[in-house]
Amino acid sequence: MLSKRIIPCLDVREGKTTKGIKFQNNVDIGDPVEMARYYYESGADEIVFYDITASSEKRNIMIDVVRRVAETIFIPFSVGGGIRNLEDMRKVLLAGAEKISVNSAAVKHPDIISKGAEAFGKQCIVLGMDVKFTGKSESIPSGYEIVINGGRTHMGIDALKWAIEAEKLGAGEICLNSIDADGTCEGYELNLTSLISENVSIPVIASGGAGKPEHLFDVLTKGKADAALIASMVHYGTYTVPEIKSYLDKREVKIRSRW
Amino acid sequence: MIAIIDYDAGNLTSVARAVDHLGFKCIITNDTKEISKAERVIFPGVGAAGSAMESIKRLGLDQAIKNALISGKPILGICLGTQIIMEYSEENNSKCIGIIGGRVLSFRFDKNLKNESGLKIPHMGWNSVLLQKNHFVLSDVKDNDEFYFVHGFYPAPDDNSHIIGTTTHGISFASIIGYENIIATQFHPEKSGRPGLAILKNFCVWKPC
Repeated sequence: MLSKRIIPCLDVREGKTTKGIKFQNNVDIGDPVEMARYYYESGADEIVFYDITASSEKRNIMIDVVRRVAETIFIPFSVGGGIRNLEDMRKVLLAGAEKISVNSAAVKHPDIISKGAEAFGKQCIVLGMDVKFTGKSESIPSGYEIVINGGRTHMGIDALKWAIEAEKLGAGEICLNSIDADGTCEGYELNLTSLISENVSIPVIASGGAGKPEHLFDVLTKGKADAALIASMVHYGTYTVPEIKSYLDKREVKIRSRW
Repeated sequence: MIAIIDYDAGNLTSVARAVDHLGFKCIITNDTKEISKAERVIFPGVGAAGSAMESIKRLGLDQAIKNALISGKPILGICLGTQIIMEYSEENNSKCIGIIGGRVLSFRFDKNLKNESGLKIPHMGWNSVLLQKNHFVLSDVKDNDEFYFVHGFYPAPDDNSHIIGTTTHGISFASIIGYENIIATQFHPEKSGRPGLAILKNFCVWKPC
């Protein structure tokens, strides 16, 4: 039986992580390669990197980071942020990432999903979705709307409809981020997660809102997610990946317990 | 020298990186001469069986792999490489190389049941392997160690004695197969952390008798 995956997420700007890991002795690691090594060694099942570098000239810094990560860790990792075309995808994959995630570029040009899946295989293409609850309406029957630009731009697209369409286009996985829950540390958006997960046959990674191990339990059971993204709860040293896994194991969620 | 066979199927650099990391020399090649000179051969691959078989035949790699098998040099199949050494794949209705008897089948689940049982296709993520046999290459692997899988089809060898490890995803399927000088995994050892690297490391020093 497949294990539920626990996935630390690292935001990287110009080659440095925006949130370093704070250890109890106040040592702060801000190098994405060292952070990836730390999480790999402590049992993370996969790692997600978001390149939030603003200027496109500095994007090549990320390619170098990806190459160094690939030489350091031997579990899958994905890279998202700023991927606009097949050439961007190819660079990241050749540098050693297992998957690439597309978000706003796919909302604007959905064929990037099908072209990417055809060129590199579905298993490489992760659709990132930023979603906000805006209430049920004629154009948004599920009540959940796709947003971009960190939630500032509403796209008038229903999240459920988009998820189903993206699967048809060839997305191999969905990383579902609730903008409402993101940063609250009060738990994942369970209704949204189960709604999407029950209506697609590809795996769904829940994102946004994780603050304690119980939240992961909820989203992996009630929320029907296949994997859970975590950030501050581990970056700030509040919890470690082994602590989270041991909590889930005690509550009988199947996780990878040896690494 | 270890030859990693390149037949235009996916990103082979991750296998090469893992072998490098373990301190062994390897080359990524589609040259049959290089393959016949190599001490051992890794046959990886991600993608679809149909187009993979076309490239393999065009490059004469089917014969190169058969020769490697006959010569007794260690061969490691990974993922699509493991499926392609079977006789036939349901994926694109493909006739394959056929050095292990049996077929490659598609996971079939009732779509309506998928969320009740939690079974999704492709089978993607970490899953455990039950060892059915002892094997030198698996000497550092414990029963139920987990490995990273990404696949929609699985090998079904005719001869049960060719099944070395099994995994359950709705059904139990052969996740490690082989005999004599060939061993092949449906999962990706190069992406499976410690137990995966242990498999690669042991393969790199394996002397099949």
